[in-house]
Amino acid sequence: MAHVIFRHRDVENIKELDVYVANGGYEGLKKALSMTPEEVVNEIKAAGIRGRGGAGFPAGIKWSFMPKGDGQKYIVINNDESETGTFKDREILEENPHQVIEGALIAAYAVGADMVYCYWRGEYMDAAYAAEKAIKDAYAGGYLGKDILGSGFDCDYHNHFGAGAYICGEETALLNSLMGNLGQPWSKPPFPAQAGAYHKPTVVNNVETLANVPPVMVNGADWYANLGTDQSNGVKIVCMSGHVARPGNYEVEMGKVTYRELIYGDEYCQGMRDGKGFKALLPSGGSGPVVLPDALDGNVSFEGLNAYGSMMGSASVIVMDEDTDMVWAALKMTHFFKHESCGKCTPCREGTFWLEKTLHRIMEGHGTEDDINTLDRVAHSMQGKCLCALGEFAVSPVIGTLKHFREEYVSKVRQLEAVPAD
Amino acid sequence: MIAEKYAKEIESLFSRYPADQRKSAVLPLLHIAQQEYGYCSEEAMQEVASIIGCDPTHVRGIAGFYTLYYEEEVGKFVLEVCNDLACALRGADEFIEMAEGKLGIDLEGTTEDGMFTLKNVMCLGACDRAPMLQCNLKFHEHLDEEKFDQLIADYRAKAAAGDNEPTVVDKILIQTHH
Amino acid sequence: MSETVNIIVDGIEAEVPKGLTVVDAAKMVAVDIPVFCHHPKLEPVGMCRMCLVDIGMPMFDRETREPVMDDDGNQQINWGRGMQTGCTVRVADGMHVRTTTDHVIEARNTVIEFLLTSHPLDCPICDKGGECPLQNLTMEHGLGDTAFPFEDKMHNDKHVPLGDLIALDRERCIQCARCVRFQDEVVDDPVLGFHNRGRKLEIITYSDPGFDSYWSGNTTDICPVGALTTNDFRFGARPWELKPVASISPHGPEGENITMSTRQEAKSGGRVVIKRIMPRQNEQVNEIWISDRTRFGHHFADADDRLMTPMVRKDGVLQESSWEEALSLVATKLKDAGANAAGLTGDRMSNEDLFAFQSLMRKTVGTNNIDLANARIGGAEVTAKVGVGTGTNLGEMGAGDAIIVFASDLHEEAPIWWLRVKQAAQRGTKVFTFNLRETRLDTHTTETVLYKPGDALDTARALLNGVKMADSAGDGGIAAVAKAITEAENIIAFYGYEGLTADETGSLSRILGNMLLVNGNVGRVNNGLIAVWPHNNTQGAYDMGINPAFGPGYKEIAVVGKSASDIYTEGSEALYIMGSDPIGDGIMSGRDKIGFLVVQDLFLNATAELADVVLPAQSWAERDGTFTNGERRVQRYYPAIAPMGKSKADWQIIGMLEEKMGGGKPKFAASLVFKKAIAAGVPQYKLMDYRSLAQVEKQYPDVGGEDLYYGGTSYDNKHGLGQQWATAAESGEVEAFDIPEVKTSKVSGIATVRTAALYTNGSLLQHSELLETRMAQPRIMINEDDANGISTGDEVQVRANGETMMLTAYVNGVAPQGVALLNGVPHIAGVIDAEIIKG
Repeated sequence: MAHVIFRHRDVENIKELDVYVANGGYEGLKKALSMTPEEVVNEIKAAGIRGRGGAGFPAGIKWSFMPKGDGQKYIVINNDESETGTFKDREILEENPHQVIEGALIAAYAVGADMVYCYWRGEYMDAAYAAEKAIKDAYAGGYLGKDILGSGFDCDYHNHFGAGAYICGEETALLNSLMGNLGQPWSKPPFPAQAGAYHKPTVVNNVETLANVPPVMVNGADWYANLGTDQSNGVKIVCMSGHVARPGNYEVEMGKVTYRELIYGDEYCQGMRDGKGFKALLPSGGSGPVVLPDALDGNVSFEGLNAYGSMMGSASVIVMDEDTDMVWAALKMTHFFKHESCGKCTPCREGTFWLEKTLHRIMEGHGTEDDINTLDRVAHSMQGKCLCALGEFAVSPVIGTLKHFREEYVSKVRQLEAVPAD
Repeated sequence: MIAEKYAKEIESLFSRYPADQRKSAVLPLLHIAQQEYGYCSEEAMQEVASIIGCDPTHVRGIAGFYTLYYEEEVGKFVLEVCNDLACALRGADEFIEMAEGKLGIDLEGTTEDGMFTLKNVMCLGACDRAPMLQCNLKFHEHLDEEKFDQLIADYRAKAAAGDNEPTVVDKILIQTHH
Repeated sequence: MSETVNIIVDGIEAEVPKGLTVVDAAKMVAVDIPVFCHHPKLEPVGMCRMCLVDIGMPMFDRETREPVMDDDGNQQINWGRGMQTGCTVRVADGMHVRTTTDHVIEARNTVIEFLLTSHPLDCPICDKGGECPLQNLTMEHGLGDTAFPFEDKMHNDKHVPLGDLIALDRERCIQCARCVRFQDEVVDDPVLGFHNRGRKLEIITYSDPGFDSYWSGNTTDICPVGALTTNDFRFGARPWELKPVASISPHGPEGENITMSTRQEAKSGGRVVIKRIMPRQNEQVNEIWISDRTRFGHHFADADDRLMTPMVRKDGVLQESSWEEALSLVATKLKDAGANAAGLTGDRMSNEDLFAFQSLMRKTVGTNNIDLANARIGGAEVTAKVGVGTGTNLGEMGAGDAIIVFASDLHEEAPIWWLRVKQAAQRGTKVFTFNLRETRLDTHTTETVLYKPGDALDTARALLNGVKMADSAGDGGIAAVAKAITEAENIIAFYGYEGLTADETGSLSRILGNMLLVNGNVGRVNNGLIAVWPHNNTQGAYDMGINPAFGPGYKEIAVVGKSASDIYTEGSEALYIMGSDPIGDGIMSGRDKIGFLVVQDLFLNATAELADVVLPAQSWAERDGTFTNGERRVQRYYPAIAPMGKSKADWQIIGMLEEKMGGGKPKFAASLVFKKAIAAGVPQYKLMDYRSLAQVEKQYPDVGGEDLYYGGTSYDNKHGLGQQWATAAESGEVEAFDIPEVKTSKVSGIATVRTAALYTNGSLLQHSELLETRMAQPRIMINEDDANGISTGDEVQVRANGETMMLTAYVNGVAPQGVALLNGVPHIAGVIDAEIIKG
C-alpha cells in the first residue's frame, strides 16, 4: 500500500513544492475551499481522525468546539514531540512538510482562523531551518498569505520555537509557552477552543493529525473510515526504538499490524538486535504501562492493547531485550518525568521527586522492602490528583514494572539485607 | 547589544505575534541573546527584558524553566548527549563515559580551552539513531567513538577557521522574509 | 442580588451567586473545602490539589433530554471520571458536591503528606507558627506519619532577602504562587516569579530594588506558610502573644482599616509595643489589602525622640515643665489675645481633636482665625455637596461606568484608590486621566489627556463644555472623551493637586462638580466627586470646620477670619499650632511676627523649636478617635499602646485649656467628645456615635477570622465598618457652582512641578528604618529637549522663590517637554518658574 503520511518514502523530493503539487498536493485545500467551513468540519468528523499526539481525541469534534462567527482564532500545530521514543513528527515536517501546512490551512479555513503557529521543540531548530523552505515556497506559490488560491481566504503561518520542556507538548502548556509564559499547563476549563492562544479560540493539533487531513479531503471521509478498525481509522506512524535490529518510523494501517510483526517483520524492524530474546516493550514512550511478550499479539490501534492493560498512545515503541534491568528502566523513565515535571501541581512535583529518590535508593543497593511499598503507594496516590496528564502518566513506569517485574525489585533489596550492617 | 545589532529583525519577530503580546517573543529573543552573549548572562536577560518591556524577573524565570537556556557560562560548543531510556538501550550511557574520557571532563564540565561543554539531556527525538547528540542545536546521529573523535576534530577545525555555519540567530530570524 | 443557582453541598441545599467557584460557594454555606493555592481575591489556578472534591451533575438522557432516574425515583447524578478541583469549577444549577467521601479524604491526606515531605517542619521557630494554614490544615487533614525518609528531604535556602522589606524561606515555600499571582494580577507589579521547575521551582525577584512594589507586605498575609515574612515582624514575636487592636491607617486619605498587633515585652522595658500592622477587612474601603507605607510606617508612634513632657521657654531656652504651668501660660496668652489670636492645625489629627480645637478658638478664645496650616487642596465645600453618594463602593464600578482622575498620581498619593480604580478598569470601567504627565494608572486607562502646565482649568472647562454639548460634540480630543463620559451610567471623579495651587484645585473641584451635575451624576451611589486629600483626615478637618470661612458642617460664618497665609504674612498676637510644622515645611518664614507661639505635636519640629510653649501630644496609636476618609466614611480607631511620657491626646489638652479659660469641665472620653460635641455640632455627623461607627456586618468573601487558609491573615472586622455621611445632593437639588477666577500658575520657561511620592521623608516615615532605602530621593526629572547639557546623574541647582535646592538630575523620558518634575522634596504648590543650573 502506498504511504498516506510518509509519502516521501514513495515520491522522491516531495518536500519540494512543485513535486508535492505534481503529486496531488494542495488538492485537499482546493477541495476544502470549494466547500463551506461547516462541510469541511463535518467531513473530518465523518472520517473519524483521532488525535495522533497520544490522547486520540477526534479532530473533527475538536474543531467543532470552536465558536462560530468572526473574531480572532488560531490554529496551533503541536510539534513539541518530546515523549521518550517519539521521532515521527520531525520526519513528517522534514520530509513532507507541505502536507502539514496544507492540513493546517484546511483546519484554519474550517474553523475561521487566519493564523497558524507551528510550535517546534527548540531542539528541532535545525530541522525547522531545513523545512523553512517549504513555508517560503508556500507563500510564493500563493498557498499562504493573502487571498489563498484566489479564494479570498487569508492565512499566515509562523514557526515558534520552544526551548526544552516536555510539558509543552500538553496543549495548554504549549499555549502558555507561545504566549511567553512558563510552559506550565492550566487547569481546564477554559479549553483552548474557548480561550486558547492570547485568550482567543484556538485549535491545537498534533503534526501527524494534521497530515491526515489533506488525504481525507482528497479521497473522502468514507475512504479514510474504511482504513483501520471501527475505533481507529486511518494509518499510524509507529516509532520503533530500543533493542531492535532496524529501529525507525513505520507507517501502518491501524489494527492491521501486530507488535510482533513490527519487531520481527521483514518490512519493519527485522527482529531483535543481536538476536536476543524479547523481554518487554513500552508502547507509548514512558506514558503507557510496560507490556510483556503476550502483548506482542496486540495490534497497533487505539484499542489494540486494552486487553494487555496498556495503550498505543503516540505509538512510540521502546523494545527491551532479555538482559534489560527493569528497575533501571523504570528509574530512567521516572527520572525523565521528574526532570520534566513543571512543578505546578503538588502530586506531580513531589511525587515524581520521591519516586525517583526511592528508585535510586533501590538501584544503589540501599533499598528495603519498605521502599518498594513506598513506591507502590506514592505512585497510586498520585493517580487521579494531578493537574495534567504528565503527572498521571509519570506513575506508569513504576506501576507497570512493579506489576510485572516485582521480583526484580525484591532481588535488589534482598541483596542489601544479605549484608549485615557494620 | 542585540537590540541594535538586530533591530530590524527583532521588529519583524514581534510582528509574528499580536501587537500587545510582546512577551511572546521572549523565547526566540532568549535564543538570540544566548547566542550573542554566549549564555544567558545577567546582562543578556536584562536586555531581553528591556526589549520586551517586562520585569527582568520574568525573563529570569523563563531562562530557568527551559533547559536550552544556560544560566552558567558554557563552552563555545555545547555537546548534549541524550541518554534517555531509548538511547540508553543503545549505549548512550557508555557513549557519555567515553566522551567524558576523551574530553577530560565530567558531565556539565567545560574543557579547559573553553571549547566544549558536555551535558546529558532528555529525549531529543532521534531514538532510532542513537547514540546521538546535539551540538549547538545541530543533531549528530549514529555515533560511535570514531565518529565522536571526528566530530570533535571538525568542531575544533571550524573554530580555528571561523565558523560559518548558520547560527541559532540565523535559524530564528530566517522567517523574517515573510 | 445577581443571578443565583441552586447547588447541593454535602446534602445542604443552597442558593448561591452564579459564577462562584465551588470552594467559594461551599464557604457561603459553611462547608470548608481546604485550599492552599486558591484565594478568593485571585484567579483560580488549581495547582495545590488540596480542594479535590466530587462534583456531579444530574443526569439527562442524551436522546430524550429526560431526567434519568434511579430505582428510588431520584434523578441520578453523574459524578464524572474522577475528583475535580473545587477552586476551578464554577457552580452550575443542580450541581452536587461531596466533600467527605473516602477518596476526597484520602486526596487531602496525600496532598498534605506530599507538601510536608518537602517542608522543614520548623514550626517552633517559624513566624507563621500559630497562624499557619499549613499547620492548621495538617492538624485537620494530615496523617501524622510518613514513610518518606527524612534524610532524603530536599534542602533549600532559608534566608533569602527579597529586597529590604520581605524575607523568603525557600524550604517553607509550597509553590502555591499566591504571591506571584498577587503581584501580577492584583497590583500589577509582576516582580516575583518562579525559577526552575519541578521540585526545584523557587520564588525569585530581579527587580531593582528587589521586590519593588508598594504592596509587598500583602504577600506575607496571603502566604499559606512561613515562606514570606516581613523584616519588620520577622523573629519579633509569636502570633499567640499578640493582642489585636483595631485601627485606621494614619497615612493617606483612603482610610485603610488595619489591626495593630501589640505585645507587652521585657525588651521594651515592659511597655506594650506595636509589633506589626496588618490589614483588617473592609470591602468598601481597602478590601484586605494595605500599602507598605501603612504596614511599615508605624514606628513614629513609639520613637525615642517623641515629645514626652510639656516645655516652656525660660531665659530663651525651652525647659521641661508641668502641664499646669504650661497650660496656664497658654490659657492666659490666648485669652489675652482674644480675637487677635489664631489657630492652625495639621490634617492628621482625629475629628475629636479638630472639633475641640476650633471650638476652643471660636467660642472660648473668640477668634475665627482658624485654618489648616498647609492646605494643599480646596473644594471641601464642593465635595460636601456633590461628593460620592452614600454607599459608594469603588469595588462595584464595572462595565458601563466611568472614572476620571484629574491632576493626581493615585499610585503615589492614595495607593488603595489606585488599586481599586485599576481593578475597576479591569472589570470594564472606562478610566480617564488628566494630568500634565503620564502616571502609573495610564496603562489601564481608556484615554489619557495630557495638558500643558497651567492649562489644567482650561482643560477641565473644555471637558465640562464637552459633557454639556455631548450630542453635538465633534470628533477627537476632549470632546470625544467628554462624549464617552456622558455615555457612562455611573461617574466618579477624583481630583488632586499635582501642579496646582490650592486655589486652582478649588476651582477645579467646582468645574468637575458642574460636570457631574450636567447629567445628574451626583447624590447617588457610585457617583460623585472625591478629593485626593494629602492626609488621612483632611476630610475630617474640613468637616470639623478648620477653615476661616466656614465652621463645623460647612456652615458659612459671618466674620471670615484670617487664612493661614494671612497669618504667615501679617503675624498674630498669639498663635496655637496643632500637629503641623509650617516653618519646617518652608511656608512660614520664622516667628518674628508672632507674639506668643504654642506648638502641640509628637515631635520637637522646627516650629516647635521656636515656640514659647510646647505641648506633647499622643500619636493615634495611644488613644482612640475617628478619622474621616476621602469618601467621607467616618471610622473609629482604638488605643493600642500606653501613652509615651506625659503626652496627652490633643482633645484632652484642649479640654484642659478650655477649663482654664473658664469653659466647662473637660470631657473624659473621646466618645463623649464625639457624642456631645461633634454629633451635636456637625449636622452631617448627627446620626453617628461610637456605637454606630463600631457596627459590622457579614462581608464577602468571608476572609479573615479564623479560617486562615482561605483569605490569609487579614483580620476580620469586628470593630466597625464606619459610616458615610450624606452629601447635600442626596437630600435635595444642588445648584451649579460659580467658578471664581483664580490666578493660574503659568510660567514662561520650563515649568517646574513637584510630584508626590508615597515614601516622602518626613517626621513620620523617617522613623521607619526599613523604608530608608525606598524613600524618594530628592531629584529633578527633565525632558531630553530641555536638558541643555544636563544628563542623568548630574547635580543641579534648582532656584525658585529665592531658595536653592541641590538635586540629582534624571533625563529619563519621564518628564514631558517643557516640564521639570521634582520628586522627594517638600510640598510646593502649583507650577513654579525655577532656574535649573548644572553644578
